[in-house]
Amino acid sequence: MTSPLFPRIDAAAMASLLPFLVFVVGGLLVLLVDALAGKRRLPWAWIAAPVPVVALLAAAVRLGAVSGLTPRPTAFGGQFVEDAFGLYVTVVIALATLSAVVLSDVFLRRMDRYRGDYFALLLFSAGGMCLFSSSTELLSLFLGLELLSIPVYILSGFFRRSLESVEAAMKYFLLGAFSSALFLLGGALVYAGTGSTDLAVALRGGFQPGASGLVLAGGLLLLTGFLFKTAAVPFHMWTPDVYEGAPTAVTAFMAAAVKAAAFGALARALVVAGPSGVPTAAAGFLWWVAVLTMTVGNLAALGQQNIKRMLAYSSIAHAGYMMVGLAVFAATGARELLAAVLFYLLGYALMNLGAFAVVILWGGEKEEHLEISDLAGMGWKSPTAAVALALFMISLAGIPPTGGFFGKYLLFRGAVTQGFVPLVVIAVLNSAVSVYYYFRVLVALYMRPATRPMEYAPSVAAGAVIALCALGVLVLGILPDGLVPGMPSSLIGLVREAVAAVR
Amino acid sequence: MTQSTILSLVVFLPLLAGLALLLVPRQRVVFCRWWTLAAMTAGLVASGAALSMMQKGAAGMQLVHRVPWIPSMGIDYFLGVDGISIYLVLLTSLLGPIVVLSAWRSIGEKVREFHFLLLLLQAGILGAFLSLDLFLFYMFWELMLIPMYLLIGVWGGPRRVYAAIKFVLYTIVGSLLMLVAILYLYFAHHAQTGMYTFDLLRLYGTELTGPQQVWLFAAFALAFAIKAPVFPLHTWLPDAHVEAPTAGSVVLAGVLLKLGTYGFLRFALPLFPSAAHAAQPLFLVLAVIGIVYGALVAMVQTDIKKLVAYSSVSHLGYCVLGLFAFNISGFSGSLFQMISHGLSTGALFLLVGMIYDRRHTREIADFGGLAQAVPWFAATFVFVTLSSIGLPGLNGFVGEFLVLVGAFGANRIAAAAATTGVVLGAVYMLWLVKRFLFGPLVHEENRMMSDLNGREVLLLLPILLFIVYLGVHPGPFLRRMEPSLHATLTLSTPGPGRVETLRMLQLSTGSLRGSGTGWKAGAEGATAPRGASVPLLPATAPEFTAVVPAPGVMDQVLTVTASAFAVSASAVGNGVAR
Repeated sequence: MTSPLFPRIDAAAMASLLPFLVFVVGGLLVLLVDALAGKRRLPWAWIAAPVPVVALLAAAVRLGAVSGLTPRPTAFGGQFVEDAFGLYVTVVIALATLSAVVLSDVFLRRMDRYRGDYFALLLFSAGGMCLFSSSTELLSLFLGLELLSIPVYILSGFFRRSLESVEAAMKYFLLGAFSSALFLLGGALVYAGTGSTDLAVALRGGFQPGASGLVLAGGLLLLTGFLFKTAAVPFHMWTPDVYEGAPTAVTAFMAAAVKAAAFGALARALVVAGPSGVPTAAAGFLWWVAVLTMTVGNLAALGQQNIKRMLAYSSIAHAGYMMVGLAVFAATGARELLAAVLFYLLGYALMNLGAFAVVILWGGEKEEHLEISDLAGMGWKSPTAAVALALFMISLAGIPPTGGFFGKYLLFRGAVTQGFVPLVVIAVLNSAVSVYYYFRVLVALYMRPATRPMEYAPSVAAGAVIALCALGVLVLGILPDGLVPGMPSSLIGLVREAVAAVR
Repeated sequence: MTQSTILSLVVFLPLLAGLALLLVPRQRVVFCRWWTLAAMTAGLVASGAALSMMQKGAAGMQLVHRVPWIPSMGIDYFLGVDGISIYLVLLTSLLGPIVVLSAWRSIGEKVREFHFLLLLLQAGILGAFLSLDLFLFYMFWELMLIPMYLLIGVWGGPRRVYAAIKFVLYTIVGSLLMLVAILYLYFAHHAQTGMYTFDLLRLYGTELTGPQQVWLFAAFALAFAIKAPVFPLHTWLPDAHVEAPTAGSVVLAGVLLKLGTYGFLRFALPLFPSAAHAAQPLFLVLAVIGIVYGALVAMVQTDIKKLVAYSSVSHLGYCVLGLFAFNISGFSGSLFQMISHGLSTGALFLLVGMIYDRRHTREIADFGGLAQAVPWFAATFVFVTLSSIGLPGLNGFVGEFLVLVGAFGANRIAAAAATTGVVLGAVYMLWLVKRFLFGPLVHEENRMMSDLNGREVLLLLPILLFIVYLGVHPGPFLRRMEPSLHATLTLSTPGPGRVETLRMLQLSTGSLRGSGTGWKAGAEGATAPRGASVPLLPATAPEFTAVVPAPGVMDQVLTVTASAFAVSASAVGNGVAR
């Protein structure tokens, strides 16, 4: 018998935790090999790379297995749920982790910081993300949050001789710790008010008339914790500095994976809390968060000269677009919006990973070229990578036929259905603003004379990441329903099923 | 090539040819040029084939190609052509090879990429003209943006980056708001019928309340007014034109602007007839301002290309004026003006480009007396000028005349004010001709200039032929576009007539059978026999008399034409002789 206090740990429970276990055990193994290897320099990326591959396969297989199951497989007394939603997010996380591992291989070798513990940290963080996006209980949620965050703090400061890197880590750590503390406090208040740490029980019951004010305060603090991780305004201040200072491969990982996990967890929390768990005031608050996040992100990105910083503000803006989906969902309960968010997460991960991959590829030995003006003339000197970068920028700007466009289309479509026309108008005007700064990259690539010699060692692995991301962006934009209508290859069908599975 | 796939061929031939071009080594520039020329010519042949497959006198959509594309959203791949779009498609396809020839010598670097973008642009434009699914239309509409942006930004003049980004930002603000309106319409339609579809012919039937119509019309109209451009949203156009390379200017003026007016005709007016009628005074005023203001500003330009660019603002004003007259003469005149502006202004940009290639300046003050140095060039320029200012007997006259007749029926004051634009048009163009071609040859370097070469004659010749042909024999063109224009006019007029017309149109494409429901609808469309499109009007349309108000007017037109021709010919003769 399972009881909340002494949950039975059996094979089924372990199986439902499979991707998480793969990441964590994989991370431990890498750490072990690192310890045994001493000073020897091993091909760490090739040791670490199988882990996300296995996790990806495991998640994909489980995704096929669980999509039809109505009683959802849970583990550890319902603290952790395995459903299509969580597995979909896990797939995105595993893809991002795999790309990050491959990119780190190129990047760390160039920067001469090729070490095993780095890869172990990446894997631990990915494990935390799996936990974070699949938990329905406050404590395991917090566990996931910390497990995903702490390695990323360390990774941000991995170049300990670089002032920016250390500053980024410090800033991220302090603010992150602060937000984690608020999250924990929020959890404690909710528990105090309702006597339960189960999200569904606590939040659904918590807002009934006559319920304790503790729950409201606690709920707000929990929301703060989520918003911090998603880099939503007004909790976005860390993003530009951290994105700029962190090693570029880590920035790519943060932009793609951390964002996916945070949005996954927040979306799940909103679903689980249900209409009664999300008071009208909270939905209205999310509306404003969405508007401010889009607007602040886009306006601040306009003036950026550094491409990492520009992408940081762009990531805030994109968090805003996704927040549109969550805000409309919170107000109306239309799950179509969450499906759109899931679709967007994948598209966003692909275009960001691709863009960072190009930036990494173009870096030199122990140096990087991060100013937008450094890209001058690259369109003619390195046409293939430049076309890919241009494609990612076009996709980020939301211009068809790309995944970025179709993601926005799905979000706006859902919001218009629910009558949120003003919000969509604000969002499209923001998109129009964003075109300016994304196209500045195109200007540099194609319309400026080259200012520096193009000398970089081509990397097959980074090239493969770029190619796959570009292909993915195009497929999401042109064939989101799959090649043959009605086949299970349809991504739209998949995200709809995933969202329907959350209870 | 079968009925159903010819339009897909028209759209995708340039795209595939462009992608294939990327496989060619960069250094093989001569091959790139020939390949693109061949692809564009093949595209022209395909468009001609589409024209020949069309049934005359039918109002509905023909040669429909329909396949479910994103069925979970009700999005179809849905192409079709009618008497309106076929001419714009033909114009685009005709300018295709001409543009390639015009860039033969002037584009010396990054040749492969240039031609790739030209082909991509061509595909985008053709797709936008042929799409009958609003989502598909939006995709093509945006697809044109990137190649045009790069064509201006990479191969353009000194301020090219500024001009390119301005072009993009103007366009995108309008089109994103249009996207919201499209989505809203899609849901309003779903709310009424329970069916998600972007099928234009079904969306025509959506019942909207007054305020809904106004907002949706405003969003669509903004996108199209920016593209056309309608005063005061025109400021991107002179910049884009002046900075763009010749090929870019020709495509921009020749066809891209027409997407704006086409958008009004195909989407904004018939989708939201009440709002469109309510907005009539506003648009009549804006159109007249555009006509007069464009002409006045053109008059004071010192750069020939900028002058031609502002003349486009003026000419497109006529197109908008004709549309908002809401009568058949206005509609016919507007569509005819779109075509003839594409030819005349396209030719003017080509000629300016030829001079620029030789002298690397476009300042009027640097020229004068060119008729002595390059007589053939001068003669051609004068000829095209006369076409542009609406000399009877040439293409420009027919469109302007019909537009003004239509406008007169709608609002006499607007028509009278717009007529001054005709005069002003003659002023700025003829003054340009005087300063540019005639007078003493003061700059010695101009004397050394070579006259038109074989390639330039070859690329100008088709345009010149069409200028004359459309001018002296517009009847067949007008007759062919008329049934579709009639149907569109009925749709654009609030009232009971809409329902019946709409039903006929839907029947012609199988839209009534339900779209997005599977392969069947597409298959039915695909196998529809040639006569499947239901003629809304008998093939021998007696309504042609409606285009020209009274039977006697056509005679008058011809008389005026003939006499004006004689006068102008002698004037030109005198000018050249001097």
